[in-house]
Amino acid sequence: MQYVALIYDVEDRPQSPEDFEAMMGGYFAFNDHTRQEGSLLGGEALEPTSTATTVRVRDGEVLLSDGPFAETREALGGFYLLECRDLDHAIELAAKIPGASTGCVEVRPVMVIPGDI
Amino acid sequence: MLAILVRITGDLGLAEEVVQEALVVALTRWPTAGVPDDPRAWVITTARNLAIDRIRRRRRFDERSRVLGELASLRAPANPEEAMGAYPDERLRLLFTCCHPALDAPSRVALTLRTVGGLTSDEIARAFLVSRTTMQQRLVRAKKKIAAAGIPYAVPDPAHLEERLSGVLAVVYLIFNEGYGPTAGDEGLRVDLAEEAIHLGRVLHGLRPDNREVAGLLALMLLQHARRDARFHDGEVVLLEEQDRSQWDGAAIAEGRRLAAFGVEGRPGPYALQAAIAAVHAEATTYEATDWAQIELLYRHLRARVPSPVVALNHAVAIAMAHGDAAGLAVLESLEGELAGHHLFHCARGALWMRSGSPERAREAYASALETVGNGPERRFVERRLAALAV
Repeated sequence: MQYVALIYDVEDRPQSPEDFEAMMGGYFAFNDHTRQEGSLLGGEALEPTSTATTVRVRDGEVLLSDGPFAETREALGGFYLLECRDLDHAIELAAKIPGASTGCVEVRPVMVIPGDI
Repeated sequence: MLAILVRITGDLGLAEEVVQEALVVALTRWPTAGVPDDPRAWVITTARNLAIDRIRRRRRFDERSRVLGELASLRAPANPEEAMGAYPDERLRLLFTCCHPALDAPSRVALTLRTVGGLTSDEIARAFLVSRTTMQQRLVRAKKKIAAAGIPYAVPDPAHLEERLSGVLAVVYLIFNEGYGPTAGDEGLRVDLAEEAIHLGRVLHGLRPDNREVAGLLALMLLQHARRDARFHDGEVVLLEEQDRSQWDGAAIAEGRRLAAFGVEGRPGPYALQAAIAAVHAEATTYEATDWAQIELLYRHLRARVPSPVVALNHAVAIAMAHGDAAGLAVLESLEGELAGHHLFHCARGALWMRSGSPERAREAYASALETVGNGPERRFVERRLAALAV
């Protein structure tokens, strides 16, 4: 089964250079681990929500607004696409993502569309 | 039977559907065609075939192909014993799935009662005083999550087994406590949740006879439930010290004591320790004859394992009983920061101050208890104590 791990965290948490190094090291270790066991399908870090543009189409008109669709204290900062045996496997991997220790990681199964092989 | 089909299909909803459908087929066919030699195997085979049809219809061959292979290779069991023998851990798997921490607590409880306890959704709805529709929606939502989120139908690997097993035990004890406390409403219609929980405890103990915490939980429930007839009189709370011990269930106590003795061996866990405490109470022929030194020691161990304020409160009371009120009150008053909002804390203070000859302080304590207690028999108990202290 495929799962997306959505990483939510406070965007402007003050961080010492050492903490930043440790966090990046954690992500590199996670990437190595999941690549090695074959569960890593993809993933990206995102620019902060201050760079976001929200797009809506209403009555054929494209409406734009500056910022994310919802202002929350913890914002989506990145994601992974993972191939897992089951939810327990996905939870085990999610707990290894550094963001889970500072913010939180939402695990969502990728929808299987019937007939879509 | 349901458990076997869940194992085969890996899908709780599908398994329930096909078992029910197979039973309907049996009901229409057997009266005319005759009952087969092995009705159980017949139903399992029929349900399995129905499951194959359903899965084909769903056209999700990619991820279902493994299941199809497993289904096709499955031989119909010759007799029920062989059927369960071939899948000894089915109910255990089912329990772990129903009690998975990715489900919310009310769903875990409802699913466990539905699939392992065998209650209908109507009975569960009445037991938890929610509408039938609410309960059905809760069950449907939980089953959908199990299927869609990929909650495994498996006994967890050894690294996570103990942690997950304690989650299963927590669900069973939650069910027990729901049935143990004083209840409101039309009780004639409610199933006895305490007895359902004991049944689940027996199932678990049968599956994991060597596990001391499982034995401990079953013992704890049996020993507490043994006092059921003595705990209330005309809807009012009767304290342990005032209970008519001849009303206690001797058979349940004997069984509970045996299990507690097994559970408490080695380095006992929280349920085994609580069971051992309940066993010491059960062994005393009168309240005065209680071995408080033993109870105090057990609470000391429990407090080391479970650093919760409520355990500390019980420990303080045991200290008072074993080593004098002054020693108990000293420990008790040190807990005020954590427990000021808990009526049992104030009740314990009230009882100890009253006994040590300080009615004024006892009155203050019961007045605080009145501010924090809920409604029902416990509130009336506090009111009676206050009335008795009024000059």
